[in-house]
Amino acid sequence: MSERAAVISGIGQSDVGRRLYRNPLELTIDAALASIDDAGLTREDIDGIATYPGSMDTPPGFSGAGTVEVQDALRLNLDWYNGGIENPGQLGSVITACAAIGVGYANHILCFRTVWEGSAQGEKGRASVTMGGRSGGGFRAGGFMQWSLPFGAPSAANWIAMCAQRHFHEYGTTREQLAQIALNARKNAALNPKAIYRDPMTMDDYLNVRLITTPFCLYDCDVPADGSTAFIVSRADAAADLPNAVQVEAIGSAIHGRPSWDQWDDLTTMALRDAAAMMWKRTELTPADVDVAELYDGFSFITLAWLEALGFCKKGEGGPFIEGGRNIARDGEIPLNTHGGQLSAGRLHGYGFLHEACVQLRGEGGERQVAGNPEVGVAAAGGGPLGGCLLLTRR
Amino acid sequence: MSDDKPFRLLPRVDDTNEFFWTGGKENELRFLRCQTCGYYVHPPSPICPKDLSKDLAPEAVSGRATVHSLTVNHQPWIPGYDVPYVIAIVTIEEQDDVRLMTNIVGCAPGDVHVGMAVEVTFDEHDDVWLPLFKPRGTT
Repeated sequence: MSERAAVISGIGQSDVGRRLYRNPLELTIDAALASIDDAGLTREDIDGIATYPGSMDTPPGFSGAGTVEVQDALRLNLDWYNGGIENPGQLGSVITACAAIGVGYANHILCFRTVWEGSAQGEKGRASVTMGGRSGGGFRAGGFMQWSLPFGAPSAANWIAMCAQRHFHEYGTTREQLAQIALNARKNAALNPKAIYRDPMTMDDYLNVRLITTPFCLYDCDVPADGSTAFIVSRADAAADLPNAVQVEAIGSAIHGRPSWDQWDDLTTMALRDAAAMMWKRTELTPADVDVAELYDGFSFITLAWLEALGFCKKGEGGPFIEGGRNIARDGEIPLNTHGGQLSAGRLHGYGFLHEACVQLRGEGGERQVAGNPEVGVAAAGGGPLGGCLLLTRR
Repeated sequence: MSDDKPFRLLPRVDDTNEFFWTGGKENELRFLRCQTCGYYVHPPSPICPKDLSKDLAPEAVSGRATVHSLTVNHQPWIPGYDVPYVIAIVTIEEQDDVRLMTNIVGCAPGDVHVGMAVEVTFDEHDDVWLPLFKPRGTT
């Protein structure tokens, strides 16, 4: 028994926008019903549910709904449910659902991820998220944050920037190379009607925009958004009745180093190294078989690290590999983030990559469809000590 | 807190981390150390991950460290923190898998580089001494 017992039988997505100012549970329901319908099922068929990160109030807009609200709103009768943040990345929820299918806990599992960070942050943007400040009263940092907050490093932008800087140091990677992740995303977003930023971006635009935390500028950081994405994970042996099913070929969930943003042994690989290695151990396929790659870009460097971890280029050679952008273009060696990624299409937080991988394998990409009927795709999410990936094939 | 000092968000001090956050009072950078195998354990834990001994005690280290990576932060995340400033991950001289996130002070942000030799300097706020680092050999 393996993850090949599971298929992604349906996909769905709500409206997506920079700030929709809509009830995030409603967005979730829109995505859920769309995915059930896409699978050719009804809500009576859904007997499992899974989400990341589950219900939580902070950071603002980080979680739009937990399993409880969705189950109750749709009056689902469940044999299995799971929601949580201690997972191999955002797609860990889908990976867990594949396992539940494999052992027979459920037949059709609704997986969803909803964000409303755009609306929740409001016009003040991400600055509104940080706690404390001089007017913050008696706030004191505990847990991991005690080691970062006092030093003015509250954001994953700071932590991942240090991973990138270490990569720059060890391998000579440059900002001009890293820029290609953002430029490629923007080029693809132009062909995605749901993407948030679709206007052309040039290398000059990239190099001249304000710095956030070196080597990252504004365009290395994803754009907070509102939206919900949902999948139905179903039993592969029921797939004859599921016309849109995409096969799960292998998953990667490993983390062999210390689960920490700063104590991790090799900052240049992060935990993606172990997740990707595990995925390739679980399949006969190889990186050369992959036709389309949808790789997390919460920050641009994470995508470069996934490219290396997954073996699309050698360790340390990600910079030269993406230089000029040709290898990662829609008609290049490995078409990358064909919907525009989170950098341009919006921070749907991991689920957007799996959604796009399914769209491409189903040949439904419209203007942005990769030519040649892609048969194998990889979707990966997470950075730092979080990482999970799925290899998918067209049925 | 006096008004002329830059504002700092502070850690929550408790029995597990007090030795670390107050070491600066005696000008000491301290880590838990396994009393049977000598391994430094950070962040604090009830057990040594090498030999599973529970006989751990805080010990002072030299305060010398090397910049493992850094970022110059330009984003005003937290009201009261003046940008730009250098955030770094440093590795202590005694054990290369003990790292601290910190700030590099006492030099221009552009002068900080990976591999730079630094030493601890403490920044006192209320009941907490934050270990910052400065270029080694400077005052």
